[in-house]
Amino acid sequence: MPTTTIAGHEVDVNDEGFLTKPEQWTEDLAPELAKLIGLTLTDAHWELIRFLRADYAVKGETATLRRASTQSGVPVKQLFALFPQKPAKKMAYVSGLPKPKGCV
Amino acid sequence: MAQPAQHVVVLGAGTAGTIIVNKLRSRLPKEQWRITVVTKDDVHDYQPGYLFIAFGTNTPAQTRRSARQFLPEGVDVIVADVARVDAPAQTVHLTDGQELAYDQLVIATGTTPRPDQTPGMLGPDWHGRVGEFYTLDGAIALRGALEKFTGGRLVVHITELPIKCPVAPLEFAFLADDYFRGRGIRDKVEIVYVTPLDGAFTKPVASATLGHLLADKGIVVETDFMIEEVDQEAKLIRSYDEREIAYDQLVTVPLNMGADFVAESGLGDDLNYVPVDKHTNRSTAYDTIWALGDASDLPTSKAGSVAHFSVEIFVENFLDAIAGRPLTHSFDGHANCFVESGGGKALLLDFNYDTEPLTGMFPLPKIGPMSLLKESRANHLGKLAFRYVYWNALLPGHPIGLPAHMMMAGKIPAEPA
Repeated sequence: MPTTTIAGHEVDVNDEGFLTKPEQWTEDLAPELAKLIGLTLTDAHWELIRFLRADYAVKGETATLRRASTQSGVPVKQLFALFPQKPAKKMAYVSGLPKPKGCV
Repeated sequence: MAQPAQHVVVLGAGTAGTIIVNKLRSRLPKEQWRITVVTKDDVHDYQPGYLFIAFGTNTPAQTRRSARQFLPEGVDVIVADVARVDAPAQTVHLTDGQELAYDQLVIATGTTPRPDQTPGMLGPDWHGRVGEFYTLDGAIALRGALEKFTGGRLVVHITELPIKCPVAPLEFAFLADDYFRGRGIRDKVEIVYVTPLDGAFTKPVASATLGHLLADKGIVVETDFMIEEVDQEAKLIRSYDEREIAYDQLVTVPLNMGADFVAESGLGDDLNYVPVDKHTNRSTAYDTIWALGDASDLPTSKAGSVAHFSVEIFVENFLDAIAGRPLTHSFDGHANCFVESGGGKALLLDFNYDTEPLTGMFPLPKIGPMSLLKESRANHLGKLAFRYVYWNALLPGHPIGLPAHMMMAGKIPAEPA
């Protein structure tokens, strides 16, 4: 597994750039990860990142788009506006979590 | 004779429920264990047949049987709907007011297409210009729609994963190519494959192989498409990110969800699937509850092969559990899927939780006769023959010579995509 340095932290990533060890993620990493995919984080983004991190801590897996929407109350349409094109993947990426499975 | 002291209730008499009841009845002593199976009706369909009905190569009569005929002697069969499960009280409530107290409960009520969950899907064109092939009625209606189709754009669409038999929409696209070729109008038909995934299939290696097949057949793929609505008036589907795809005939796979009683009972996840330990199918919330087949949240394909393989493991673990022993068997997520690719050929995918689909021969190493992850005539014949195996060996719980665990002998990991 390759490692890379983001915001001064050395982190393990996979070939798609997702962090492979969610415990290496800290909040100061998020804006840097966001920048790498062309996003600037707002409070609305942070609300979802914090939801995803908290949900992952309980469930042990990344919330799917459906779960992120139903549990956070943010409509799917809004998720697409915040994290364009691939919201489920982009939310996970910025939050330092594995790509959601949902698809097997 | 006194009533047996212990009671296992099985909800659902589909592929998983039927095999479970057959296996448990032969393994549990009748004087100790009563078995009750609850089924919503007396219908058992061979669901892989729906795909072939849509193209007129299977008849409805070949795919439908009585559910009771596959259930063994010595089992109480109740035809009813489940209202809810009171898990702490170990009681099932049926909608007709009956209550069933259980010692062990097996939830095998599957997954169901829910077109009502996507705005506009259930409009006036439903089962017409907006078709589906995940129900017998839908497959029959689609056969009629395809017969009348003389040209234009056919859109094959998946709403959201997971779905039952995730290869079926791909097979539909391949067979549609074949079907219109056979009618001599393939040049008048544009086939578009629309998926919420970022590729043709969920597993990267198979996705690459299947993606090539789609391209070879001139089928256009639109990826990352999360549908917001069907606009039947404008004849298009619209995504959350404002993409629009027009259709002359839409063939959609609606959102799949587990049974509503699972949600009512507080036993489900966001799509009403029962969270279970992925190696034992035991509920993560209650030791007395197990979920098998499509009803569980196992992170593998929702498919009859998974139901079959996981039931074999479940039965051994169930016997351990009721004897108070630690569970001794572990399911590896083994799935085995035939993929019809048209032209009288099919591919065969064999994978589990940890191993991507492999190339090689199946079921006998190096001999086959079926080849993995590659088109062949033998695979197609295997798929056709499976209907007979299903009715006559699989449902009654007889061994069919396929190991529950994936075997690596004679198989070669495919090159990464």
